Amino acid sequence: MTTIINVPHSLEDKSFEQVLDQVAPLPLDEKIIVDTRHARWASPYGLTALLALAQSRAERPILYVPEAENVSTYWSRMDFFKHAAELYELQGRVKSTKAAETSVLLEVTSISKSDDVHDVVDKIQQRAQDALVKNLNLDAKITMRFTMALSEVCQNIVEHAGRGGWVAVQTYTWRVRLGGRKVVVIAVADPGIGFRQSLESAPGFQRKERWDDGQALEETVMRGASRFRDPGRGQGLAGVRRFVGNWDGKLTIRSGTARIAVLPKGDWDEDEPLVEDLSYFPGAQVQITIPERVA
Amino acid sequence: MINHIDVSSMLRKSVCELYSNLVTRPTGAAVRCEIEQELDRIGDRALTVIDFSHVGLLDFSCADEIVAKLLLQYVSIDSPRREVYFVFRGISESHLEAIEAVLERHKLALVTQRADGESRLIGIIGLEERRAWEIISQLGTGVGADVADAIGLSSDDAERMLDTLWRRRLLIRYDNAYVAVGSASIPSPTRLDT
Repeated sequence: MTTIINVPHSLEDKSFEQVLDQVAPLPLDEKIIVDTRHARWASPYGLTALLALAQSRAERPILYVPEAENVSTYWSRMDFFKHAAELYELQGRVKSTKAAETSVLLEVTSISKSDDVHDVVDKIQQRAQDALVKNLNLDAKITMRFTMALSEVCQNIVEHAGRGGWVAVQTYTWRVRLGGRKVVVIAVADPGIGFRQSLESAPGFQRKERWDDGQALEETVMRGASRFRDPGRGQGLAGVRRFVGNWDGKLTIRSGTARIAVLPKGDWDEDEPLVEDLSYFPGAQVQITIPERVA
Repeated sequence: MINHIDVSSMLRKSVCELYSNLVTRPTGAAVRCEIEQELDRIGDRALTVIDFSHVGLLDFSCADEIVAKLLLQYVSIDSPRREVYFVFRGISESHLEAIEAVLERHKLALVTQRADGESRLIGIIGLEERRAWEIISQLGTGVGADVADAIGLSSDDAERMLDTLWRRRLLIRYDNAYVAVGSASIPSPTRLDT
């Protein structure tokens, strides 16, 4: 049996839940067709999560590519199809292009080992200064901090996921919120073991009375817990939290059936700090959003 | 002469000739091992400058592996690896953010030195201990009595405080007196070894 998964017109972190609501009930070995034909836009989160979705399936899925030429071209520029061709059976015309996309700080990039993190850091440093300082009016100090945060969230894949994942970074104008302000977004997605299973693998781990994905996210993100006994562990995400707080940004991490959010001090976002009972999706999906500074 | 270790050289030597950023835990561990080998060649009692001037980015994981884990081996109260003192140079504002975070996590402190030679303590250190370190630093060489008078401690308490600072490798003890790590009065390695 084959099931068609309808992808919403606008594919970002919230709307990706619609995809997961359709996929989660299906057996892992059931063939799925991920239908993006009517997609009009996808955030870095949407693109990286689509790749993680294919990785999570036992049976190689089919991807119907977007029909709109500008969408297909953009996804090509993001290197999405380059990776998707390895994971999906692509059906439809893929518009290839060599033109660079100026809003893209980092195309969709595979992360599976420490050297990949070095490559990402080297690559983004060359582009981040202009994008963050000139385009988003942020203080020059942000460039190094931004790269540090990117490095840490990528390392989470290498250190904890147990399998490879994806990262992408882009600036765009956020029309839904912020009255059209620009944002820079880092998205990292993997289909690995996730936060709960990672903590459960700690030596001497004892399950609490209430123990679920939401608790695991709270322990890790808010209290710096780690599966390692080494007290130096768990600082990476704490550093990312500080970075996001200092720049009025937002951090969300989804793992298993829960999503935790570190919300901005400003009023540009009204998300819930913790959402539970979502459709199950393995691994972890991280999104960092930093808004443009306005006078 | 003070021993000098250029961290970016250690990175290129141990991990990759092309890298200039200290990111990821395996990279930090490899660089620390290289520094430790360098320290093994220096001797049992030494003052070493750890120079970050040519390091681009330092992330939290690398700061933990290189700075915190290096210090932890030499400030162990019971069995320090050897009597090695560190001065950290070339620390940028973004390096400082990562280093301060790991020092806080492990309750450590260290001495940084700016390009103009000014030294300061960063990390976890009590107000009186900081004051004692500053007094010794200003005096060039000092003993418990100097600190006792200035802070208003008993001689015994002042001696204990200086001993603690020595054990944390923030003061150098020699000739029954103390010198602040990073101060201009630091004795030569020859004097350190006597």
